[in-house]
Amino acid sequence: MRLTLTGNQANAWGVKLSRVQVVAAYPITPQTTIVEELAEFAANGQLDTQYIKVESEHSAMAACIAAENTGVRTYTASSSHGIALMHEMLHWAVGARLPIVMGAVNRAIGPPWNIWADHTDTISQRDTGWMQFYVESNQEVLDTIIQAYKVAESRDVLLPAMAIEDAFILSHTVERVEIPDQELVDEFLPPYNPPDYLNVDDPKGFGSLVMPDWYMEFRYIIARAQEAARKRIREVTKEYAEIFGRDYHGLVEEYRTEDADVVMVGAGTMVSTARDVIDKLRSEGHKIGLLKIRVFRPFPYEEFQDIAKRVDVIGVMDRSFTFGYGGAMFSEVKGAIYNTDARPKIKNYLIGIGGRDVTPKMLEDTFRNALRVKDHGLDREMMWVDLKGGE
Amino acid sequence: MYEARFHGRGGQGAVTAANILAAAAYSEGKYSQAFPIFGVERRGAPVAAFLRIDEKPIDIKFQIYEPDAVIIQDPSLLEVKEAKVRDGLKPGGVVIVNTKKDPSELDFGDAEVYTIDATGIAIENRLGTATNPIVNTAIIGAFVRATGTISLDAAVKAVYELSPAKRDENVAAVKAAYDRVKGV
Repeated sequence: MRLTLTGNQANAWGVKLSRVQVVAAYPITPQTTIVEELAEFAANGQLDTQYIKVESEHSAMAACIAAENTGVRTYTASSSHGIALMHEMLHWAVGARLPIVMGAVNRAIGPPWNIWADHTDTISQRDTGWMQFYVESNQEVLDTIIQAYKVAESRDVLLPAMAIEDAFILSHTVERVEIPDQELVDEFLPPYNPPDYLNVDDPKGFGSLVMPDWYMEFRYIIARAQEAARKRIREVTKEYAEIFGRDYHGLVEEYRTEDADVVMVGAGTMVSTARDVIDKLRSEGHKIGLLKIRVFRPFPYEEFQDIAKRVDVIGVMDRSFTFGYGGAMFSEVKGAIYNTDARPKIKNYLIGIGGRDVTPKMLEDTFRNALRVKDHGLDREMMWVDLKGGE
Repeated sequence: MYEARFHGRGGQGAVTAANILAAAAYSEGKYSQAFPIFGVERRGAPVAAFLRIDEKPIDIKFQIYEPDAVIIQDPSLLEVKEAKVRDGLKPGGVVIVNTKKDPSELDFGDAEVYTIDATGIAIENRLGTATNPIVNTAIIGAFVRATGTISLDAAVKAVYELSPAKRDENVAAVKAAYDRVKGV
């Protein structure tokens, strides 16, 4: 079945197809229409779920945590300040090893108030231990929700995951979306079967105190689970492609990088437009390619170590800024490469922040700047693209 | 690729009009994309929505700056400089205005200008209220006739399927507008 859906409707369809048993959410623009759609699915019987209305995002995550602890599949969605308010509970979900999936609709953080696309809200949650998938189309939103449950619930992973879509550019944009058959999804994603859960017939303790002589080992196990997720994401993406015919290439997707001297890196919707710009520069004879970061956590360091061997310049586009140094994606890319022998120049481009429209012209100027780095060396490490008044 | 920009005021359904046309184009085997630009989300504030239609899949994700067509759902926006209704229209592009006036009474340079009394049609069909008529389905009829990008059949079907209420009245508004567009 094919429908024309907004990104948020596609998100809700992904949840419905995943047969989520508990939804707890609090509204916030631009996420609200996801949970409105789910409320409708629940009300008209299309989705057999318990829909819990809560008084805040912190409570939404707390409700998901409690429900997931009883051994059921749960979902919530949020944006911006809502995700920020959840922060404490995001750590809890990881420590408690609960494979909750959240739809995160990227929106800037205030003040000044801004409801548009910006990755600061999810980048700020990098250190919680949640897996992060950045998507670029409504189809990818739907497919990623289903894949995220499969990865998250793997016995060697058991970590929560965010499926992350750009505000308005996806959340409120109508596109054609293929709805997979429920039977095929059921086969791909069997019911959640946790190793431990709250069960009165088999009592166990959850969330208890751990003294300093063992806490570190618990953290190490989570670190290992993130490593396992790296492998699992590649396997699950491949399996999904075989069954449903859509391949998202694991943690990153390369475009025209085969003989590239310069590769541009980005995440979210900017990469869709970027492919057109790459084609244009290629037609002029420039050896330039694109690498889409689909998964930011676990970080695809092996993929970057590999590309670093093949190129002279890596331009990293961040749709957020980590104050005090540079964009988070830039810092991670640079860090991943340092202990190899490869020494490409790496430049950070801050772009599209606070919903500034990322136009082909803006991308072309950025890519030409990266091509100049190849010919003339690195002038400076960071550049704010389209900044009024200049730097 | 055909690109259109819809201007309206919050509550008039400009965003929904673009979404319904996207669904109609898709039902005819074309590819489409529709999206709003939100300013402040309140009733009566100027809003804009974008629509792309193509024979090939549409992968780009940015706003439309040089539309082939501009649709003005609320004639008062012609006087609102900030609404930028005239910005970027391609030479010889299409302009559709909701007004009782004739196209010859409006100055859009070399554009092909069409007018439609969408407000009158909405009131006739009891869509919204006399003070707050919902004009978007009449606008859809005018768009289909003026641009020829989508068939009337596909538009009627999409409006019928996607109308939350008053399906027959909305379809009647599409057809009435299709017949009554001035400037054809």
